[in-house]
Amino acid sequence: MIKTYNYKRVYVWQLPVRLFHWATVISMITLIITGFIIANPPAINQNVEATNSYWFGMVRLIHFSAAFIAIAVALLRLYWMFAGNKFADWKNFIPYSKKGWKNIFYVLKVDVLLRPDKEHKLSNISIGHNHLAATSYFVMAFIFVLQAMSGLALMSETSDFWFTKMFAWVLPFFGGDITVRYIHHILTWVFMAFIVIHVYLVLYHDYIEARGETSAMLSGYKFVRSERIIDDEDYEPAASK
Amino acid sequence: MGKLQKNTKKTYYEDISAKGYSRRDFVKFATYMTAFMGLEHSMVGQVVKAMETKKRLPVIWEHFQECTGCSESFIRSDHPLVADVVLDHISLDYTDTLMAAAGHNAEEAKHKSMKENYGNYILVVEGAIPTKDDGVYCTIAGRTAVDILKESAAGAAAILTFGSCAAWGGVQAAHPNPTGSVPVSDIIKNKPIINIPGCPPISEVMTGVVLHYLTFGTLPEVDDMGRPKQFYGKRIHDSCYRRPHFDAGQFAESYDSEEAKKGYCLYKLGCRGPVSYNACSTTGWNNGVSFPIQSGYPCIGCSEPDFWDNGPFVKRLTNIPELGIEATADDIGKVVLGATVAGAAVHAVATNIAKRRELKDTSKHGKSNLEHLKEE
Repeated sequence: MIKTYNYKRVYVWQLPVRLFHWATVISMITLIITGFIIANPPAINQNVEATNSYWFGMVRLIHFSAAFIAIAVALLRLYWMFAGNKFADWKNFIPYSKKGWKNIFYVLKVDVLLRPDKEHKLSNISIGHNHLAATSYFVMAFIFVLQAMSGLALMSETSDFWFTKMFAWVLPFFGGDITVRYIHHILTWVFMAFIVIHVYLVLYHDYIEARGETSAMLSGYKFVRSERIIDDEDYEPAASK
Repeated sequence: MGKLQKNTKKTYYEDISAKGYSRRDFVKFATYMTAFMGLEHSMVGQVVKAMETKKRLPVIWEHFQECTGCSESFIRSDHPLVADVVLDHISLDYTDTLMAAAGHNAEEAKHKSMKENYGNYILVVEGAIPTKDDGVYCTIAGRTAVDILKESAAGAAAILTFGSCAAWGGVQAAHPNPTGSVPVSDIIKNKPIINIPGCPPISEVMTGVVLHYLTFGTLPEVDDMGRPKQFYGKRIHDSCYRRPHFDAGQFAESYDSEEAKKGYCLYKLGCRGPVSYNACSTTGWNNGVSFPIQSGYPCIGCSEPDFWDNGPFVKRLTNIPELGIEATADDIGKVVLGATVAGAAVHAVATNIAKRRELKDTSKHGKSNLEHLKEE
């Protein structure tokens, strides 16, 4: 019999992280679809009085509502960067250490360029985010801030909400509504490209490593080689209490 | 020229009644200017009083790199008093397009007025200021626009930039801006500047700012881009009479269509109303007769900075400047997204080849474990 590795279940993604992830997924998909409808609406011209139809207004309402959900969960995630476990910590997302950079090069070499991994060092396999992925999330967070700011700024003119009004300065800062609207439109494509890359790489890792990369975002658990866990036979899992 | 001194000492009302306008005309004018300025009806009295008691404001109107369209808009105001309030005086002081004097006489009149009213006059600037090659691309009486502007601005109480050229640089500042045209605010930093953009601006708006200054003695409240809030505080879109069609999703897709005849929203024809701040949809043009959208043509956003580079005007999504080719963000986005998907597909295939040993190993373990499952 060929010996396979022993894996142990590790609770990596806490509930707020997963909630943030899936709420973002739903709101982002909604935002992209409604965003493109707003940018270039289909001319569904029912022969009714304008008073009796409000479908385009509804599309905009859905877009704005989804945007506020995305911003709210992003703020929740920001809080959780300081309150959550070590995989949720803000330090993951900035490659400030030599170790972080080394891991970025490792992932680039082995997973992106598909070069052989000769060392097979266990520590190279990240338990939470790998450092390249984490850095890309940091970049995306920055782009999200830009996207949210430009969107809220465009909304600020017709909004009475103090939060939206807070971003009115963005319009003159970027030289008027046309430019801000354009930035908002271009960044949407960045999000779409990111979604493709992100989903592909998750599936890639799951396929290669076969330790539950995809389902981890549902259950919160990842499978980690038992050698990496201090053996504690007496530990009684909370679930069995 | 003798009339100049006499005129500056007159109040607006004296001047207007001397021209033969009735008291009724005057009050009507004051009433609707009050409305244009966004003031309460109860403020009519204050506007009337200001025009009755205050001396005419000395105004110097400089013309630089421009098409004179703003002056044209101004003198074509349907209500003759609108133009008279500002223009009649300027034509005597200095506005090289309309004044009777010419050559040395004109320059002399300007300098005289500037000297007499130093620190009190309003400087109106129409047109951008070219700065490249020492500013040789616009010279008047042998002096460059930069030079003239600096001189005129020195004694001005405030500067009003009439039109998108003076406010943002205008069409001549379009990429690649061969003459290095800049707006007034790039040159004059130490004076209050009120931007009244538009190509051209609405004449009632131009007059309204002057009247506001006259009535209250202060400049109107401006937004972050220096535009008076009472005229540029709203997007054309947000007070457009076709807005219900926008919310109902009723759009015209071509000019001669049934939808266009029904007056549906021009959003899909590239209307810039949703991104343009101006008073067109509330004030209208030519005494409120119409404005572009009402006439069936989408707004081109002529009062917005860089509107000249945000073409084509009839499309919602503009071309990306600096790219050299005609491409919108969507064209590029589709290529980028397509490349990403293709890249992922190629990577997926490459993974199966490059990692074949590991995959084989995993599969071997997996199959072996399957065979060794304990019987239940």
